[in-house]
Amino acid sequence: MFTQLLAQHFVHTALWAGAVVAVVSGSIGVFVVARGMSFAVHAISELGFTGATGALVLGIDPVLGIFGGSLLVGLVLGLLSLRGRERDSAIGAVLAFGLGLGYLFFSLYQGYATEALNLLFGNIFGVSDTQLRNLAIVGAVVLLGLALLYRPLLFSSVDPEIAAARGVPLRALSVAIFLLLALTTAEAIQVVGVLLVLTLVITPAAAAQRVTGRPTLALLLSVTIALVSTESGILLSLLKDWPPSFFITSISFAFYVAARYYDWSRGRQSRPATLLRAQALE
Amino acid sequence: MSIAAVDDLALRFGERTLFEGLGFELEPGELLAVLGPNGTGKTSLLRILLGLLRPTTGSVVVEGCPPQERCHRIGYVPQQRVFERDVVLRGRDLVRLGLDGHRWGFGRFRHEDRARVDASLAEVGATAYADAPVGRLSGGEQQRLRVAQALVADPVLILADEPLLSLDLASQRGVVDLLDARRQSAGTPVVFVTHDVNPVLHTVDRVLYLAPGRWAIGMPEEVLTSGTLSRLYGTEVDVLNVRGRVVVVGTPDDQHVHHVENGH
Repeated sequence: MFTQLLAQHFVHTALWAGAVVAVVSGSIGVFVVARGMSFAVHAISELGFTGATGALVLGIDPVLGIFGGSLLVGLVLGLLSLRGRERDSAIGAVLAFGLGLGYLFFSLYQGYATEALNLLFGNIFGVSDTQLRNLAIVGAVVLLGLALLYRPLLFSSVDPEIAAARGVPLRALSVAIFLLLALTTAEAIQVVGVLLVLTLVITPAAAAQRVTGRPTLALLLSVTIALVSTESGILLSLLKDWPPSFFITSISFAFYVAARYYDWSRGRQSRPATLLRAQALE
Repeated sequence: MSIAAVDDLALRFGERTLFEGLGFELEPGELLAVLGPNGTGKTSLLRILLGLLRPTTGSVVVEGCPPQERCHRIGYVPQQRVFERDVVLRGRDLVRLGLDGHRWGFGRFRHEDRARVDASLAEVGATAYADAPVGRLSGGEQQRLRVAQALVADPVLILADEPLLSLDLASQRGVVDLLDARRQSAGTPVVFVTHDVNPVLHTVDRVLYLAPGRWAIGMPEEVLTSGTLSRLYGTEVDVLNVRGRVVVVGTPDDQHVHHVENGH
């Protein structure tokens, strides 16, 4: 049964789509976590839902609606380039309104409820060849953008004041990262759904952050965790007929818990070492 | 030949004038301390020198070029702001950002760049903890790394904005000594913004005192006198010398007495 499924075209498409989304989400995740944008990810994906249900009501492709909604809120949040508590509350307000609007569209929509359910929790086995191609194109755009902006993004994420003093354009970078995040979120929605986007964008990067202090290694780890979670989640859902989104979220969460444990146990061991170092410096 | 020239600088926010007619030149290797109470434009002056803020009138030239054109590297050491514990960045990454963090792309880390980063780390005595995550280092260690970051690109001018804030005495001395060594070895002038002159008093060449709306510049023994400060504040101010430390008493907000109580 499992081997038969493995030979199916839709399974291949799902695995490829999962791989594309995992690599892109894992990559942007490290910047999202470094900049404290987790809540923004959630807002952008909720607004993707609003866009999708709006598109359904209008009778156009919901994927276009996802991109429209995500990009719009990404652009607004990026332009505002708010910080700290103000950003938190602004995002909360936008998110709540967007979700209400999405619910209205959903109730106006006369079609099948499963379509909305797929939006919320993902439908990786429903990815078509054209959709996969589009995912790959958008994914390539995001990765290219991140590669191009890598150093100034890192600089402005960890040390905005000095970065500004060195002429790094903070506001333009803020808009850029939010737009790239909106594209990533719109991609991830198609695989794990609106409610579970965080599992690919935040969890792997948050786990990687616990394990290493090297920026490039954190990036590699985050991508690896996202990739392993997604692919093994898809395969497990073939073995046992539970939704792939459940397996993906569980596996990436297991990585996160393991990373925290690793960090904690290492902290306990290394405490005497820090003391020694402090003495050596005196 | 001066490194930087500030000419007839004025800064106003609406009705409020922070300073006007401000002018001075920085000679090679000079250490200028910028003193004064909060809200008199000390940080704004640094932001103007960095090219991040436009003055209302007047001009700034660093090595013949306005700072906003970024023809020359200006090293910047900010107020000590503690890194979050889990920030993904090692000491050497922080220093490297000072070298090429503003450039596009991933960037190849060439051998000579690595050597420069290593040399800067060694210069500030941070080699031992260069590979530790910065969020897990002490405030003093983090500030040493920030000095290395400011020095790694071979700046023509160093600007430091309250770099000793919330550091213990040993770390304060360490940071001052590092900046002092650099100006002596490479002749890089240093502008040092501080609310407390005492940690740099032994090494400072000139003092720029910004009082609300008025300013004075000169040798410390000329500026830090009861006469000069009373004139600046327009009220009776006393400058006392207590066990080799300068204490200012009687300024309208009495900031400096407060610092003495803090045991600086």
